[in-house]
Amino acid sequence: MAHFVDRRLNPKDKSLSNRRRFLKRVRSQIKRAVEDAVRERGIADVGRGKNVSVPTEGIAEPSFRQARDSGRREQVFTGNKTFQEGDKIEKPQQGGSGGAGKQGSPDGEGEDDFLFALSREEFLDFFFDDLELPDLIKQSLKEITKTYPRRAGYSSTGSPANINVARTMRNSLGRRIGLRRPKDKETLNLLRKILLLEQVSVPTQEQRQELLALRARRDEIMKRRRVVAYIDPLDVRYNYFEQQPQPNTNAVMFCLMDVSASMGEREKDLAKRFFMLLHLFLNRRYEKTDIVFIRHTHDASEVDEETFFYSPQTGGTVVSTALVMMKDVIEDRYPPSEWNIYAAQASDGENFSGDSSRCAQLLNEDLMRICQYFAYVEIVDEDEAQLINSEASGMELWEAYRQVTETWPNFARKRVSKAADIYPVFRELFAKDHAGKSHG
Amino acid sequence: MVSTAGKSKPTPLFDQADWDFDTLRRTFDAIEEVSRTDLELDVYPNQIEIISSEQMLDAYSSIGMPLMYHHWSFGKHFLGHERLYRKGARGLAYEIVINSDPCISYCLEENTMPLQALVMAHAAFGHNHFFKSNHLFQQWTDAEGILDYLEYARRFIAGCEEKHGADEVESLLDAAHALMSFGVFRHRRPRQLSLREAEEQRQERLAAAEKNVHYLWNTILDRPNGQQNADAALQERKREMQLPEENLLYFLELYSPILESWQREILRIVRNVGQYFYPQKQTKVMNEGCACFVHYYILNKLHAEGRLTDGAMLEILHSHSNVLTQPGFDDPRFSGINPYALGFAMMQDIKRVCEEPTEEDREWFPDIAGSRDWRNVLKHAWANFRDESFIQQFLSPTVMRRFRMFAIGDEASASFCTVTGIHNDHGYRHLRDVLARNNDLSNQEPEIQIVDADLLGDRCLHLQSVRRDGVSLDVDSKEATLRYVERLWGYKVELKEVNSST
Repeated sequence: MAHFVDRRLNPKDKSLSNRRRFLKRVRSQIKRAVEDAVRERGIADVGRGKNVSVPTEGIAEPSFRQARDSGRREQVFTGNKTFQEGDKIEKPQQGGSGGAGKQGSPDGEGEDDFLFALSREEFLDFFFDDLELPDLIKQSLKEITKTYPRRAGYSSTGSPANINVARTMRNSLGRRIGLRRPKDKETLNLLRKILLLEQVSVPTQEQRQELLALRARRDEIMKRRRVVAYIDPLDVRYNYFEQQPQPNTNAVMFCLMDVSASMGEREKDLAKRFFMLLHLFLNRRYEKTDIVFIRHTHDASEVDEETFFYSPQTGGTVVSTALVMMKDVIEDRYPPSEWNIYAAQASDGENFSGDSSRCAQLLNEDLMRICQYFAYVEIVDEDEAQLINSEASGMELWEAYRQVTETWPNFARKRVSKAADIYPVFRELFAKDHAGKSHG
Repeated sequence: MVSTAGKSKPTPLFDQADWDFDTLRRTFDAIEEVSRTDLELDVYPNQIEIISSEQMLDAYSSIGMPLMYHHWSFGKHFLGHERLYRKGARGLAYEIVINSDPCISYCLEENTMPLQALVMAHAAFGHNHFFKSNHLFQQWTDAEGILDYLEYARRFIAGCEEKHGADEVESLLDAAHALMSFGVFRHRRPRQLSLREAEEQRQERLAAAEKNVHYLWNTILDRPNGQQNADAALQERKREMQLPEENLLYFLELYSPILESWQREILRIVRNVGQYFYPQKQTKVMNEGCACFVHYYILNKLHAEGRLTDGAMLEILHSHSNVLTQPGFDDPRFSGINPYALGFAMMQDIKRVCEEPTEEDREWFPDIAGSRDWRNVLKHAWANFRDESFIQQFLSPTVMRRFRMFAIGDEASASFCTVTGIHNDHGYRHLRDVLARNNDLSNQEPEIQIVDADLLGDRCLHLQSVRRDGVSLDVDSKEATLRYVERLWGYKVELKEVNSST
């Protein structure tokens, strides 16, 4: 007789710890693969899992093995068709693994890189490794007005829609037992007996007396039943709901970009990566993330992603138009009480003369108050980057934004010059200590 | 209830693809009856566990054991298997069976009922009987204690991680795993000294030591000269440490100058796990052959009795022949000889030789041809052979012809290979020899021994590897492994390759 055990309900991640250990071991390689993926992928599919291939060094499991290319060996194969004893078979050009047929390399020699799939979660964990958004907790969290009802026990008052029947009936039953309310069954039996006696046409003396006694008893019971109600208002209980404040789980991200002629392919590409990273991070933090693309030349317009990145447009450069547009869109569709607002602006730093101070003013007076975070990247040429590597010098917009940086801890600006800069910049922008500063 | 009534009026055990525990139990009982009354198998009590595919992957990655200590390499295997499985490149095993008492078989929940019947007959009776009766398993493994031992090992290693740090333990396990297949006793088990013998030995050693330092001995004039002295010391060391020693882990556990006691215990655990799997490595063909033979026989019998429907039997045969395919050498699926196919074919052939021998069989197998008692012949074979000797003894010309076997000799330095024998009168014996050697574990693994370690001198550990047929060690893996040995030994380690004298 066998013993059958159903193990399907057992916790299934028994080898989770082994898996973690392995990932830890190949941490540096995975991180490299993840960074590569981030550079290569489009904005939409950057959050997928990833097949990671790791060089076998570091995770090889060596043992003493026989070399395949030495000595003499003899092996039996199956499926002979034409061979006769003594036949000579030319060896394939590469490798001396005897005879024909596919011979796997179980001994790890010449083994390719170890390939495995990283889940989305793991991918992102590596991606966001020890990274924190500044002001993750919305500044206005304490004054948040949005709430949702949460069950919080029972109350003796409430609206009839919230009546809790089970609780009410339990109370009622307890009270009826406690106050000895005559039961339905008992009453029915009595009535039946009375009816039977009343039907007797010529009752005897005993029967008559019994009938009287029963009637008296009946009156008493009926009275008691009237006094002790089946359901008393005392019994009634209502479900009680408390209004629980609900943290905001929606975020909107504004992508602002200068698309005037001075922004070439290279600049746009860098900007795209920057937006992509911010979007990914928001996507992970918030249940729902909207993106608003605002492009501008001397005039700003809200567009879709495709147009944003690929549609050419010519004109001058007036940055403030984009900020005004952003402000309008916020007022129109994204009330700050319900949305966490993030903004990322990319530009080559050129601006219509005199407009930059207006930009700073817009930020200072309107936008920074309602934004969780505002990041500005100035995309510069590589040789230029070497010239102006100090924060101090820069174009008009950069200078204007410097003052904003000083006032608002949730404003950040950086210069990038090549693709490799993006990720470090991103890290720097959202580094933990930054967050600490803005809290403190 | 249905199953007992089955004899007189055969009712199918099940007629649907879905299984439930009642059907499983009923089917198990029917299979058990055949195995007990007809085949007369001797099995450990069975415990059958239904698991999900996720859990099957888990079990895969911890070398098939239900519990195991934690190590990154198991995670690596898990990820590797998982990737192939998710891609659909590889299906999962229908079952995993563990050599323990009670014998635990894991069955996949996705199996259909006919498959569950197949799996139960295969694992819970075929493998189970083999585990219980084969002499290698009896000699080397402790079916009763293995689960307890693994539980102990896991707790011990987890404790060490807590105490000494996960990294420390991990690097030790890395090193130990590299030597796992060189941590088995191949030919003997060290006899446990009784307390009295141990005491006697200690006394003897004390006396000898005392003798050595007694100053009077220094006065003896004709002391042997330096060279002889060194030789004598070597002899003495060899005797004391029982060198040469081929169980590297055992030696390191015992004599490594740098290991702490918890580290020695971990080496011991790895060594014991390696030893536990040693018989399985040597009996792949027989173990799978036995299991396939048993499931094939039992299920066919149930079908003949009308207790398996034709549909169920067809599904069973479909899976059966999938597993037992032997592609030819020029087939892209070819990856060596399929142990399932070879074992099953040989055992079916033994049955045939016993029942309907040909002239050729009478010549090759005079002792069993026509004896009709195939049950006992097979049981004898299952109990007393391993792959190499089983092939040497029982591989018949019929099977060689059916597989169209041929042997190829390959000299690394030559530009061509030579066919050294095919399935004809002239080649049968040669083929059999070669195939037996191919299945001999000692031919597949390098032969490495510890030959000297001067604990009082330079403490260099000397290893020696014997080149058989001129096959040397793979250089890269050799260097990497030697570094692990150094990690365990703490001092210099040298490996010398010598040509075998034969």
